[in-house]
Amino acid sequence: MSTSTPRVSGTYVFDIADNRRGRALNRLCGSLKDADNRARFSADEDAYCEAYGLTAEQRKAVLNRDWTRMLELGGSIFYVFKLAVLDQKSMQYLGGVFTGMTTEEFTQALKAGGRSFG
Amino acid sequence: MIWGLATSHVPSIGAAMDRQKTEDPYWKPLFDGYAPAREWMARHTPDVAVVVYNDHANAVDMSVTPTFAIGAAASYEVADEGWGSRPVPTVVGAPEFSDHLVESLVDSSFDITVFQELAVDHGLTVPLSVYCPDPGESWPCAVVPLLVNVIQYPQPTAARCLALGKALGAAIRSFPEDLKVAVFGTGGMSHQLAGARAGLINQDFDRMYLDAIEHDPEKLAALTREDYIREAGSEGIELIMWLIMRGALGPRIRRVHDAYHVPASNTAAGMVLFDNLGA
Repeated sequence: MSTSTPRVSGTYVFDIADNRRGRALNRLCGSLKDADNRARFSADEDAYCEAYGLTAEQRKAVLNRDWTRMLELGGSIFYVFKLAVLDQKSMQYLGGVFTGMTTEEFTQALKAGGRSFG
Repeated sequence: MIWGLATSHVPSIGAAMDRQKTEDPYWKPLFDGYAPAREWMARHTPDVAVVVYNDHANAVDMSVTPTFAIGAAASYEVADEGWGSRPVPTVVGAPEFSDHLVESLVDSSFDITVFQELAVDHGLTVPLSVYCPDPGESWPCAVVPLLVNVIQYPQPTAARCLALGKALGAAIRSFPEDLKVAVFGTGGMSHQLAGARAGLINQDFDRMYLDAIEHDPEKLAALTREDYIREAGSEGIELIMWLIMRGALGPRIRRVHDAYHVPASNTAAGMVLFDNLGA
């Protein structure tokens, strides 16, 4: 992370260095905006990861759908979300994963006015 | 310049309209909140809308990150974001007006990137749907997309966005043809998608923002990027794009309508509409 990047605990703040670190992972996820690529990925996920040059850790996180790990390895939520969409998972589902809640619990917390900090 | 609209651009707001779910109990309060603004805007149709928004990994990939960019094309296709394109009309551009804005802003020392090809995603099409829910075969106005990097740091500061808005307003007013122009500032409000703070909603901050955007935009421009992330979430920093709209308006404005609703998917949804009363 660069020295000027804001630091707020409990969030991922994506910067130039993260872009470089997460480039292969984000390129893979970003490619899923095209229907042909979605089909190719689904046909052979491992080969698709190989073609995009993911690191071993990134590949493991993608294959295991370890959403938190993907962000730790330089993934941007806007890119990683495209993989979730392919799996027909919602942003509420991811919100639950990130906060240790079920999708229903997370959705209910938002309906009740959202989660508050400080 | 006839009006300025600030609005959230959450994708599920567009999906609710596309899937005829606006009367569902979950969505009805949000769309009821929009109704008075929509009625007013339908009676005050612009020729061109400048829509300030950010792309979400659709037209712009991570090989290039323009801080500020303007579309200068004759038309913009609606992007497939991974779930198929929204069933809304292709967006028609205003190339000569775009050229004028780019020239004027670069002359004002804002170094603008130019897009001659740009697929527009929900960041732009959802605000158009907030304005016009049933466009039929075509949107009621031409569009100039103005993109802001709010995804990768370093991002522009809030102060720089307000200053860009002021320069944009001057650029719009100096266009030689007589055009009716609306400006959209989009994104936010409380908006934290990832991490342990996911689902953060800070109603106090959002309501302060809805008020201050009218009365004291300089106060909002003085907030740091850390302030925005801490108070509104890491995606809540999209609120800086509202300041570009606000800066573009003239010195005399009138609030036509505002609305605020929680939740829209993982976030809060806000909107505020200003009539521009001129110099």
